[in-house]
Amino acid sequence: MSPIDDLQQTAIVGEQPIILCHDVHKWFGNFQALRGISMEVYKGEVIVIFGPSGSGKSTFIRTLNRLEEHQKGKIIIDGIELTHDVRNVEQIRMETGMVFQQFNLFPHLNVMQNISLAPIWVRKWPKEKAEEVARQLLDRVGIPEQADKFPAQLSGGQQQRVAIARALAMQPKIMLFDEPTSALDPEMIKEVLDVMIELARSGMTMLVVTHEMGFAKAVAHRMYFFDQGLIVESGTPDDIFIRPQEDRTKLFLSQILSH
Amino acid sequence: MSKELANRAQALPPPSVRYTLLGWVQKNLFSTWYNALLTILALGLSYALLKPIIAWLISQSQWEVLKVNFRLLMVGQYPVAQLWRVWVCLDLLAAIVGLTWGIWVHGRRLLAAALLIAPLTLALLPTISASTRLFLLGIDVFALIAFGLGRLRGLALRRLVIWSWVVYFFLVILIINGLNPGEGWFPIVPTTLWSGLLLTFLLTVVGIAFSFPLGVLLALGRRSRLPTIRWVSVGYIEVIRGVPLVTILFMASTMLPLFLPSGIRPNLVLRAMVGITLFSAAYLAEGVRGGLQAIPHGQYEAAGALGLSGFQSMALIILPQALRIVIPVLMGQFIALFKDTTLVATIGLLELLAISRSVLAQPQFVGSQREVYLFITLIFWVFCYFMSYVSQRLEIALGVGER
Repeated sequence: MSPIDDLQQTAIVGEQPIILCHDVHKWFGNFQALRGISMEVYKGEVIVIFGPSGSGKSTFIRTLNRLEEHQKGKIIIDGIELTHDVRNVEQIRMETGMVFQQFNLFPHLNVMQNISLAPIWVRKWPKEKAEEVARQLLDRVGIPEQADKFPAQLSGGQQQRVAIARALAMQPKIMLFDEPTSALDPEMIKEVLDVMIELARSGMTMLVVTHEMGFAKAVAHRMYFFDQGLIVESGTPDDIFIRPQEDRTKLFLSQILSH
Repeated sequence: MSKELANRAQALPPPSVRYTLLGWVQKNLFSTWYNALLTILALGLSYALLKPIIAWLISQSQWEVLKVNFRLLMVGQYPVAQLWRVWVCLDLLAAIVGLTWGIWVHGRRLLAAALLIAPLTLALLPTISASTRLFLLGIDVFALIAFGLGRLRGLALRRLVIWSWVVYFFLVILIINGLNPGEGWFPIVPTTLWSGLLLTFLLTVVGIAFSFPLGVLLALGRRSRLPTIRWVSVGYIEVIRGVPLVTILFMASTMLPLFLPSGIRPNLVLRAMVGITLFSAAYLAEGVRGGLQAIPHGQYEAAGALGLSGFQSMALIILPQALRIVIPVLMGQFIALFKDTTLVATIGLLELLAISRSVLAQPQFVGSQREVYLFITLIFWVFCYFMSYVSQRLEIALGVGER
């Protein structure tokens, strides 16, 4: 039995969508980056978003925790609507972890401080509890011995794993990944993907912008193909890889899978 | 792996280069004919410049003027009965420096020895009073005890030491100024009596302690999203930077009373402090802004995505990095502030340079400008170099993990 079947049988699909987007629009000046994105994500689902650069996939995932502001449409995360209200934004950011292409670790803090900072200051945990959780997470991402190092002393793959641990330390309900392996050397991509696959199998709700089709085949429940600010096609990995409907999807897949 | 490859893959030590003294001289001073020519020229020039100075130092210089006026130069007209307060400040400083040394510096034995031997030597001079001797010895005793404490209990004391530096600056003002407006215990020493090196220090300390936070606020204000705050900050910075310090000091001494209710006339020292603080803050603000601009946008995003509030992001993530980048700029501004305090002479305050002029006006010491100005120069250089040195050490100490 392949891991995909295994997962799809055990996937927990709740009643209410944990992420609900309806007709989301976003402009940068006169340039329209998103032209009406609608999406529902249920608890425990792993969603892979892919598409050519400039297709709006990163912009979309960044609107979900208000790193970009959508100008039209509706985004509801875990029952809270994203509005101008700062309290709503902070509430949603507490519930969503984000992993960036460029890691964005805090260079002046060591690994332990990077991970325990937000739980201490935002969740108001005592330092001991935050550090205990941080140690467990470092164990989980496979680098327990790096706790006292500074980000600049780690390899790219290790930095990205720390970044994942940092996001997980806030115990988010949703994890957003914005091209997490695009800045990594080929040798390090696998170690990061392994962590993400383990996370997916543990039942975390994940939205992943990536071109790693192996990852998508292994753990994605649904995939969305973005082009020019629109969802061109969506479906299960089987739908997308074996029975793509749109010519644009076929062309893009043939280009990224050809080598 | 083939045997040959395994051999090649073995790491080799770097080639070592050792010179004898003569070899070093040959390589660095006389490697080519024009290098040799430059060396000889430089030696000749140094001789021509240094010879008259050394000759003057040995045969002509009269240091009596400094011996007689030493206290005047150091603390000016600060009442002799209250001088113990200055000593308390120095002893406190020794304790905090000792703690800091024990926790962060460790080595640097030569410098430490020099700093400890200086007060000891002074204490052994026969001419000083018993209480002065006690305070001088106190410097060494406190410094050594604190150093030991720092070595033993360093980790637990770190936060305390950082706070004690902050508190120290304000404590010094309090101790020098006094509390009791009447006669008797711990009376207020009127600022008209603050002068000499003491006044120079107080102006510097107050200037740094207040202009730094103000400068950071202005830098943040200039980058604020709220237009009113941004305009006020930009306006303030551009106006102040467009005006010479002397002008600001004059304005502070003549204009400040206009803004205050009638009857309250802040004294001259306070006005000078306000002027220096306002002036320095504008320059610091631009320095800090440079640091803020160097922080990548991803840092703001990462902090925000974790749920940190705007204030927390700034205080925990952005400012610590931005300020570290601009340590050289900040320290440069602090050194400039220290030297700029000499300008308060123009509004009639007797800081170190001004009081040295009054020393030179004493009839028995007419003509000892060289000795006095050399001494003043040395004092300024020692403290400026010390600040510069601290800045370099801070950069190294805080640069961990950056490389």
